Amino acid sequence: MARSFRGGVHPDDQKRYTAAKAIEVAPLPDKVVIPTRQHIGAPCLPIVKVGDLVKKGQVIAEAQAFVASPVHASISGKVASIGEYPHPVFGFCQAITIENDGADEWVEGLPLNRDWRSMDSNEIKEIIHQAGIVGMGGATFPTHVKLAPPQEKPIDTFILNGAECEPYLTADHRVMLEYAERVITGMLITMKVLAVKQGYIGIEENKPDALSVMRQAAEDSGIKVVALKTKYPQGAEKTLIKVIADREVPSGGLPMDVGVVVQNVGTVVAVADAVEKGLPLIERVTTVTGGAIAEPKNLLLRIGMTFAQAIELAGGFKEEPAKLIMGGPMMGMAQCSVDIPVIKGTSGILALSQADINEGEERPCIRCGRCVDACPMGLVPSMLSILGERGLYEAAKEQYDLLDCVECGSCVYTCPAKRNIVHYVKLSKARNAALTAKK
Amino acid sequence: MTEAKFEVGKLSVSASPHIRCDESIAKIMWMVNLALTPAALFSIYRFGLPALTIMAICIIAAVVTEYAIQKWQGKPVTINDGSACLTGLLLAMNIPSTLPWYMPVFGSVIAIAVAKHTMGGLGFNIFNPALVGRAVLLASWPVAMTKWPTMQSHVDGLTSATPLGILKLQGYAKLVEVFGDKMTMYKSLFIGSRSGSMGETAALLLILGGIFLIYRGYIKWQVPVVMIGTVGVLTALFGQDPLLHMMSGGLILGAFFMATDMVTIPITVKGQVVFAAGAGALTVLIRLLGGYPEGVCYAILLMNAVTPLIDRGIKPRKFGARR
Repeated sequence: MARSFRGGVHPDDQKRYTAAKAIEVAPLPDKVVIPTRQHIGAPCLPIVKVGDLVKKGQVIAEAQAFVASPVHASISGKVASIGEYPHPVFGFCQAITIENDGADEWVEGLPLNRDWRSMDSNEIKEIIHQAGIVGMGGATFPTHVKLAPPQEKPIDTFILNGAECEPYLTADHRVMLEYAERVITGMLITMKVLAVKQGYIGIEENKPDALSVMRQAAEDSGIKVVALKTKYPQGAEKTLIKVIADREVPSGGLPMDVGVVVQNVGTVVAVADAVEKGLPLIERVTTVTGGAIAEPKNLLLRIGMTFAQAIELAGGFKEEPAKLIMGGPMMGMAQCSVDIPVIKGTSGILALSQADINEGEERPCIRCGRCVDACPMGLVPSMLSILGERGLYEAAKEQYDLLDCVECGSCVYTCPAKRNIVHYVKLSKARNAALTAKK
Repeated sequence: MTEAKFEVGKLSVSASPHIRCDESIAKIMWMVNLALTPAALFSIYRFGLPALTIMAICIIAAVVTEYAIQKWQGKPVTINDGSACLTGLLLAMNIPSTLPWYMPVFGSVIAIAVAKHTMGGLGFNIFNPALVGRAVLLASWPVAMTKWPTMQSHVDGLTSATPLGILKLQGYAKLVEVFGDKMTMYKSLFIGSRSGSMGETAALLLILGGIFLIYRGYIKWQVPVVMIGTVGVLTALFGQDPLLHMMSGGLILGAFFMATDMVTIPITVKGQVVFAAGAGALTVLIRLLGGYPEGVCYAILLMNAVTPLIDRGIKPRKFGARR
């Protein structure tokens, strides 16, 4: 019996376009544009100058704070420019453009061949930090911070998130199928850092091949592979922890408050590569798909390639895209241009056609309650939208638990009045933050 | 890869999510209209051409009123979404087929103009518009509103009281006598061969329509079950015939189609259960102690009034709430 949680929705998973397609290594681009900020936290400072020659894997921007991850060159070549560039999450951000010299040479000494079993926890954490690893599911929170919970929060369970509940995306799915051993290695390394014995891998039932491959790979490792019901947002941290460990992250709390750390599949593979081979995070698997893409694919892309290049590799557009999204269709971010660099959190590049998005005119709430039924957090989304629409931001926070909203979008998906509830939630959160800052 | 290249035109940028389900307000409203159709057709069969005429008058008056108001206010006209049609149809189901034409017109205008649009239109009304229309008609023309075609025939224009009317004025024994025996009475109530408002007589078809809506997920089964159940339990406690009470009057129509009107009832299932129990209890109170033989309409309207209060008090359990 696959396990489930309260609420959620069942959009068509749309994974048929790419689920059976093996990961293709993208040819190297002429140039890459690498933003100095690819994580949640403080921006990095460039340590190269225009004209410098850099090698693949060389640090080009250094972290200035604990909650920050350094950025590395993803190709070898010459630094062509450093300046403001469009960014998929932050609008505009400083970015370093590197012109490819075609050599694709590693920085000296790489790759290495190390045995993680002989390393201690702090050593591994430092490697993870220096390798610039962040959460690759899309949130891009620096991994070394997540792996260093404060002493008073003992961790006893590690959960690997292989749910991939976002429709369309198959990057994690393919990584589990093709790099199963790396996934298990990365997971064991992570568990060693956290000193936890209990490890689970949660995978939605719509990926039976991944379930069996991971079960096989996890044999003798003590790691348990759990089949999860295919329901969005099964892969949201809180619902995943509830379903697998039967623990509820308290309102306003973090997974570590219930002794759990969750990581994405891609992240632990990056951990394995960093710890065993010394390789920093300079490439990732991204699903390029959607109704407007001619040949949807799973591509291994270097960080800093543009969406336009990735889309070209997937056959280009077969019709005019209505929306271009980084990430999945439920929580991804809409982009205004194809001239945007791939970053560490780019799990998907989605070009949706008009038919895919099924947009309608926003109408008043008819109180049908479908959003209440769909909300995995037990909120009343209709009220959040109404209060946000009327500018009653504080009421939304104080009376309707605005800050507990995880913005999964289940309510908007299910709303017959086509209300942009998540929009109002984001707006209300921002306004409340501004109010708090003022006080 | 040299095939026609598509220009990246205007990309729509908005907050997530970027996909939506196929439901819409219009779809829901037309589905509710559809669910009422079997009972409506049956009432045309039972009460003849006048029933069809009244239904048409109610629906047309409701739709025209909505159109006129939205035009006048310069708002987008939404008569295609089925909600005005539904209000007209529900009003028709709640009144006798013997009314002169201007009364249903008046009822529809009140329902749409006053109950719905003075509140701000769809989604903002506190009271069920069709029931407000009915209540105003009952207050304005009490005699016409309480004369129904006889149970036996619909051709001679004879009128008679409803089963609940007979029960109120002449007692239970007389009521059973009118039908012949108890089993015949239950059967008549269930299949609809009795007098009453146009849409309320055919329990069976109303229940089937309601089950369709439950199956589609538009209404919660708890509402009709709790409301009808409350009436059954309370009437039994007071020594009345619960089966008679559960199947007569407008209870089944009200429980499946008006106590489930999403706009005017609580938004959580728990709140809806409270609403339904309250509506059931008020119905019994009015039927047994009040001056009227029937109380479903007022019971639901009274509970509509406390809906905001119920919603304030009963919220879903928040994930991660400290216990």
